[in-house]
Amino acid sequence: MKKLLAAATLTLSLSASGLAFAEPLKIGMITTLSGGGAGLGIDTRDGFMLAIKNSGNKDITVVTEDDAQKPELAVQIADKMIQSDQVDILTGIVWSNLLMAVAPSAVAQGKFYVSTNAAPAALAGANCNKLYFNAAYQNDNLHEAMGEYANKGYKKMFILAPNYPAGKDSLTGFKRYYKGELAAEVYTQVGQTDYAAEIAQMRASGADGIFVFLPGGMGIAFMKQFAQSGVKIPVMGPGFSFSQDVLPAIGDAALGAKASGQWAPDFDNEASKKFLADFQKEYNRLPSIYAVQAYDAAQLILSAAAKADVTDADAFRAELLKADIQSPRGNFKFNTNQHPIQDIYLTEVVKQDGVLTNKTVEKIFTDHKDAYAKDCKI
Amino acid sequence: MTVALALEQLLNGLQLGVMLFLMAAGLTLIFGVMGLINLAHGSLYMVGAFACAAVAAWTGSFWIGLIASLVAAAAAGAIVELVVIRRLYDRDHLDQVLATFALILMFSEGTRWLFGSFPLYLDIPPLLQGAVTLPGGTQYPVYRLAIIAAGAIVAIGLYMLISKTRLGMRIRAGESDREMIGALGVDIRTLYTVVFALGAALAGFAGAMVGALQSVQVGMGEPVLILAFVVIVIGGIGSIKGALLGALLVGVTDTMGRFLLPQIFAFFAPPAQAGMIGGAVASMLIYIVMAVILAVKPRGLFPAAHA
Repeated sequence: MKKLLAAATLTLSLSASGLAFAEPLKIGMITTLSGGGAGLGIDTRDGFMLAIKNSGNKDITVVTEDDAQKPELAVQIADKMIQSDQVDILTGIVWSNLLMAVAPSAVAQGKFYVSTNAAPAALAGANCNKLYFNAAYQNDNLHEAMGEYANKGYKKMFILAPNYPAGKDSLTGFKRYYKGELAAEVYTQVGQTDYAAEIAQMRASGADGIFVFLPGGMGIAFMKQFAQSGVKIPVMGPGFSFSQDVLPAIGDAALGAKASGQWAPDFDNEASKKFLADFQKEYNRLPSIYAVQAYDAAQLILSAAAKADVTDADAFRAELLKADIQSPRGNFKFNTNQHPIQDIYLTEVVKQDGVLTNKTVEKIFTDHKDAYAKDCKI
Repeated sequence: MTVALALEQLLNGLQLGVMLFLMAAGLTLIFGVMGLINLAHGSLYMVGAFACAAVAAWTGSFWIGLIASLVAAAAAGAIVELVVIRRLYDRDHLDQVLATFALILMFSEGTRWLFGSFPLYLDIPPLLQGAVTLPGGTQYPVYRLAIIAAGAIVAIGLYMLISKTRLGMRIRAGESDREMIGALGVDIRTLYTVVFALGAALAGFAGAMVGALQSVQVGMGEPVLILAFVVIVIGGIGSIKGALLGALLVGVTDTMGRFLLPQIFAFFAPPAQAGMIGGAVASMLIYIVMAVILAVKPRGLFPAAHA
């Protein structure tokens, strides 16, 4: 009943804001639903579909396909969706390397791409595009926030990331704001599962803080092994390292870890409370930041579709740019490069009613913009 | 860099090697006895880890989970052998690779169907929690020491089984001449099922032990499988002794490479680049070692007796 009421309210607010939904809109969602990264893709899909369902909009169809975290498969699916399914908008890709394989060619064929997560620097600066929007962040942002946070109270940081583009962006982002000394800068293999050698180095390095960017299973392995090692240096990372999709698997080893994020389940605004309640009711688990980002991406598309026809690309784009949505994140605007301007917070892993989750500690950045927008000329 | 740190890293390498040995032993045993390339060995490792995590969550005891992992992996192995693998012995290796690759996909999606896409939680048992102080003052996790001990016990157990028991005698006989042992009245089909289940149980045991230290998730077996293949190629395919030494060599080389190479490159390059180059070369190191060994000894360090 509550859900029905909520859906009705949202539908009302949308229809009150303008025209009825006249033109049918077809969205192609390519995301990772199998393999080791499936948890991220499933949260993306579920967050996105929650917003679509809440809107009650029957003119929108979403086609979903699994990319299995493989770039070549993502490209094939995108071609099929554009040519035979005739979608108007593509979305859903989690990984930057897959996005780089799909988004530039999709926008070149005149389709919109609204990213729910992946945000490589290459598409935020000189190669930005009118049809490419990012509803999540720019890849560097959460790492920049941790760099800024580390300036307070940490003098010698040990930083670690996997040796691939997003890993390098991560440490670059961290160093852009961190002013102190580095104990070491270590790159590990992608998919590495044993961190004994790195943990031994951390112990010997004399660092007073550790920053790790290890998404998915890598982070689970690292945190469990770190907790057993007897090393007592505080660990921090970007939100992905301690996101809701991995926390249950890390267990109490994650308690106390500091991270940066644009959203946490304890956010005190109406949109966030409603999102959290709806998501838990629908899927019976806590949402991760991937779910919030996808939820907002869907809200953005819905807000534009309510006022403009997607076949009129300029009008649709203008409506998207207004970002006329109630984001669970609170403040949300688009910058000139069509990436978010938003607040970034410090969070801490806590246990509430037996469930591990993130609690907001303080705001690190207000209206944070990425470093590449100045190179974007659109 | 201190002596204590170097020793700790050596211990880490040893422990990684032991983990790889648990995985490689079953793989090489199956290849040695049946001449079968089993790509689905990583899936049996995953089955062990999931069985342990699920049963440990249900009963609250890691140890019951560990037993469950052995039973589940051995049962999965025996079923797979009876239903699929049995039809592949007379086929060439390409057919075996294709069929066992299909098994990987079926195991992965089956596990996802049963347990969902999110990683499971499996913690180290309270008995083995925490760290102990080693001579020299470094702290070292108890659980990693336990893995080294478990690996040593498995190695000794396998040695005893193969050299001292009737089953071991038949396994050795099966390795050297399978027609002859069949002609002498040994039920070779049952022997194959038993060996396959034994190999699977070893993989499941490794999965459960490692699962407590890493992430129990779908697809966790495949990266380990690649390393296990490197190990048995270096050690000599079909040789348990080769698997043990190959595993220790790979474990120590990999750990020491990750530890030392960035420091060596730091003499020539700024720290950020040294880290990046060192990390990249370290991830190649075991494959370089494998290439060198194969160039000198094309059949590995300890080739099995038969051709």
